[in-house]
Amino acid sequence: MKALAAGRRHRLAPVVLMTLALLFTGVVYAALAPSPAQAETPSAGEVEAGEKLFIANCSTCHGMNAQGTDHGPSLIGVGAASVHFQVATGRMPMDANQPQAEAKPPQFDEAETQQLAAYVASLGAGPGIPSEEQVDPALGDAANGGLIFRTNCAMCHNAVGAGGALTNGKHAPPLYDSTPTELYEAMLTGPQSMPVFNDATLTPDDKRDIIAYLMEQREPSPGGFSLGALGPVSEGLWAFAIGMSVLIGFAVWIGARSS
Amino acid sequence: MTAATNAPAEKADPRLAAAADFLDTRVGISKIVKEFARKIFPDHWSFLLGEIALYSFIVLLISGTFLTMFFVPSMAETHYPTDALPVTMQGVQMSEAYASTIHMSFHVRGGLLMRQIHHWAALLFVGAMVVHMLRIFFTGAFRRPRELNWLVGFTLLIMGLLAGFSGYSLPDDVLSGNGLRIADGVALAIPIIGSYVSFALFGGEFPGDDIIPRLFTVHILLVPGLILALIAVHLFLIVWHKHTQYPGPGRTQKNVVGFPLFPIYTAKAGGFFFIVFGVIALMGATMSINSVWNYGPYDPSVVSAGAQPDWYMLFLEGSLRLMPGLEVVIGGFTLSLAILIPGVILPGLLFTFLGLYPFIERAVTKDTGEHHLLDRPRNAATRTALGAGFLAVWFVLIGAGANDLIATHFNVSLNLITWIFRILFFVLPVVTFLVTKRICFGLQRKDRELALHGHETGRIVRFASGEFIEVHQPLDEYERWLLVSHDSPAPLQIDPPEDANGVARPGYKKERRWQKLSQFFYEDRIEPVTPAELAAAQSHGEHDELPATEAHEEITSEDSAGQIEARTH
Amino acid sequence: MSIEQPRGSHDLQQSESGEVEHPERFENPGLPPHRPRLGDEDPKANKRSEHQVVVLFVISIIATIAAIWGFFAFPVDGLQVGNVRMSTLVIGLGLGLGMLGIGVGAVHWAKTLMNDHEKVEERHPQRGDDATRAEAVDIMREGVEDSAIARRPLIKGALGTAVAIAPLSFLVPLIGNLGGDWDISKFRHTAWASAPGGGRRYLATDPTDRRIKASEVTRGSMVHVQPWRLEEEENFLEEKTKAVVILMRLDPKLLKEPEEKKDWSYDGIVAYSKVCTHVGCPVALYEQQTHHVLCPCHQSTFDITDQAKVIFGPAKRPLPQLPITVDEEGYLYAQSDFHEPVGPSFWERER
Repeated sequence: MKALAAGRRHRLAPVVLMTLALLFTGVVYAALAPSPAQAETPSAGEVEAGEKLFIANCSTCHGMNAQGTDHGPSLIGVGAASVHFQVATGRMPMDANQPQAEAKPPQFDEAETQQLAAYVASLGAGPGIPSEEQVDPALGDAANGGLIFRTNCAMCHNAVGAGGALTNGKHAPPLYDSTPTELYEAMLTGPQSMPVFNDATLTPDDKRDIIAYLMEQREPSPGGFSLGALGPVSEGLWAFAIGMSVLIGFAVWIGARSS
Repeated sequence: MTAATNAPAEKADPRLAAAADFLDTRVGISKIVKEFARKIFPDHWSFLLGEIALYSFIVLLISGTFLTMFFVPSMAETHYPTDALPVTMQGVQMSEAYASTIHMSFHVRGGLLMRQIHHWAALLFVGAMVVHMLRIFFTGAFRRPRELNWLVGFTLLIMGLLAGFSGYSLPDDVLSGNGLRIADGVALAIPIIGSYVSFALFGGEFPGDDIIPRLFTVHILLVPGLILALIAVHLFLIVWHKHTQYPGPGRTQKNVVGFPLFPIYTAKAGGFFFIVFGVIALMGATMSINSVWNYGPYDPSVVSAGAQPDWYMLFLEGSLRLMPGLEVVIGGFTLSLAILIPGVILPGLLFTFLGLYPFIERAVTKDTGEHHLLDRPRNAATRTALGAGFLAVWFVLIGAGANDLIATHFNVSLNLITWIFRILFFVLPVVTFLVTKRICFGLQRKDRELALHGHETGRIVRFASGEFIEVHQPLDEYERWLLVSHDSPAPLQIDPPEDANGVARPGYKKERRWQKLSQFFYEDRIEPVTPAELAAAQSHGEHDELPATEAHEEITSEDSAGQIEARTH
Repeated sequence: MSIEQPRGSHDLQQSESGEVEHPERFENPGLPPHRPRLGDEDPKANKRSEHQVVVLFVISIIATIAAIWGFFAFPVDGLQVGNVRMSTLVIGLGLGLGMLGIGVGAVHWAKTLMNDHEKVEERHPQRGDDATRAEAVDIMREGVEDSAIARRPLIKGALGTAVAIAPLSFLVPLIGNLGGDWDISKFRHTAWASAPGGGRRYLATDPTDRRIKASEVTRGSMVHVQPWRLEEEENFLEEKTKAVVILMRLDPKLLKEPEEKKDWSYDGIVAYSKVCTHVGCPVALYEQQTHHVLCPCHQSTFDITDQAKVIFGPAKRPLPQLPITVDEEGYLYAQSDFHEPVGPSFWERER
């Protein structure tokens, strides 16, 4: 990420970006047909280890064979991307029955998560975990990503990805800490309330552009402290909390008698 | 330092004298100096709140002038250059207005700073006006002879809102575009002429090509011009009436106690301008505001979570959010009550109440005198409680305008929070009114207590008889004056409904209505302490004084309450 | 510990009965004695204050110089965001401290070094005295008399009318031109009626403008839609404002569709106007599990399974549905325009 940030300030950055943008336009038309995201085929050992983990940690709600129970949906055919997203962000295993599963520190390390994903993927075909290249923000076009993000994502996640409220206690989470892979998987699989953005609705390139845009948004604000980037309400609060109270403090000082 | 031409007594700088002479022989400056230079202004921090608004406005004029040099008020389509910052806008289709706003933020030195200063100053301008207005309200400074100046200030507040809203919309970004869309929706809801009002605003269908240039003229010419003219009237009336002052020893309705305009207020008020400018500039330098490149150029299909107006319009947003869906069709015509009530009628009622309040209160009190001494808010309990109730409504609406942020930040359901605000909208003002009134009376009683018995000293004394008392320190006359000098008006007295012959008196009913209103204001009241009461309190005030004759033992603070208890039992 | 008699009771009078009589109210004790400041008595403190004021003004001078330096030190014509940040910061800090130094210095000077004895000025009532009022009335009466307006009502009437209507020749052209063509029937039509020239109007993704195949809209997904190739047409933004649509695929069993709208959807794919019926924000927050659509502006919530009826919030009417179907290749297109005006209510809506 650091290298990217440094690279973007490079003299040739605009040239590179322009080339990428041109390339992208060509690629979009060439690759309109949805290409399923492919990761390398998992080994049998991985699937087996995943099954053990699944039975120990997930089967209470999702059933012994991931066929689903009253407490949790069937996972057959959800694909590796979905499992990887839910487990890697700590949303699964869920610790209580809430309006929605909240992100928390993950319970499994990356290898175990991959094993679980491999096991669930072996039960039925579904979207796979994206490759490094598919989620590389350096290859995306942040400006185009911004356009797509604003139409498709900003109404829930806020224009800079600060998150927002949904109905009845649900909410769209902030996107500040999500990894590019998680962002891609979320779009692809539509976890919980989020709609699915399949490869026809948002092509893999569109998704990568969105990732590039979101990474760009993590740069510090050129205007100073970003104040949470929550828009006019927080700005109003700050105007009073800092501006007005400092000015009234000065007024009190001016009005007070000197000792 | 008088600039008189024939003042040989002072060894004035000859150049200064020449300048003064030039001015005096042209415009009679000596008379102006004589009249105004030593004019007295009372000193209190709360008298500077209006100055914050005034100075913020000057900062707005200065920074706004900078911005107009680089802003293009046009909705013509353009593409942002591919070799300019920010990266996220390169090549994006947008309007000239938006492109110029972004461009001046990134490629004009000090451009972003001035934008941020301008926006912070705008928030503080309206904020200071509101706080200033609260001070005027709660201290009763709007009373005769200042009712007209209240109206001028009230109009200034409305103009401030207009200036804010028109400026907020100029960058043509997604956030302000949706604000305009909502304004369009409210305009459409106006009965009979709504559709045409919408067309007139936008020069046709929303969004059209005209709204930005039109708002630009409104924002940089029309509204600031009106504000300047009204400020002139506002300040002239302040000088004409002479400033109000808080009650205190030596201060009466017929004098004004304070410091002269020159040099004390020239330095204090002049210095305060630089302080206000400095604080706003520091905010502009370090705190980002309205980063429009994050919102993106206006596109009718785009909206962002947390879509809200600037804080001063938030009450309108909140009232729109609270209202349940209500719409009727009468004779084939649609009346959109879900928008009319919260968007037009409710703010109309609130603002009418606010604007007319001085006249309402005067009608109720039948007050005829001039008031130059301010009320302490506690001594005008009903007014203070009404103001607090009004604020409660306003805060509920503001809270409702931020309900989605409250939901995400405090982890509550959006629907629940909306329902809570719907209930609070009706309940909170009433509760606030009652509680505030009680608090005011409590404070008045405490004042009485203090005036009668003085300060508690914490010194406990035991007499030979075994009785304990705490010694009270009586007030000096200056401190007491503050607590006893106010008037406590009684409800209106009217003649009985029938005259001496038992004939019904015409006009009784109308008078009775006024009396009822007057009773609402003044029925519950606590009289200030009179000299007779003070004398009486002191004559049987053995608990307050330490009789020199009686033997007593003093309990110092070291040997604590436990010891006292032990001795008492 | 004796109590000093209040000034108000100095004039206690012995009444005939021998009891003490008190005045009704206390009397104003007058200005309290002046308390000197530290600097008034201690020349050292006085000197210290003077130095502080000078230091504050010097800080201001230095800050202004720093701001000017910042202007030149951080050029913003390149692609360095860091320079924008630094330029804003340095010029802003210089400006801010420059101003604060002057202000704080001046106030400190006034507070510590200038004469702090309070002065008293008399007020005079606003009301003129009776003689002045009588004089004013006479003057006005004389003026009215001189003009003879009272005796010539015809002049009064004619002048009044002339002045009252004269602004019309300014206002009528102004207001008459404000609304463009005033054709409010435009509220009723959208670009979905047909493509230019009368062909089918296809649904396309917003903002990428790709046509959409029914097979690509999978369950749980949502597509933001605009009319295909609208961008090339006139009044693009105005038309897009009315024509934006959201497209979702649900389990067909979940959809409650009245008989006459059965063929408005295609295999569980439904299209609804994205313009809120409240005040016109884009309603776009689709929760794929509950099938609710939420407007982020005022939180109106619509139930997509049930004709997009309002289940919460200030909106009253359901979102208008766009009748859709597929062509031979499977691309989605609009059967017709919306059957009612989209967006916020207006007076003539039902007419």
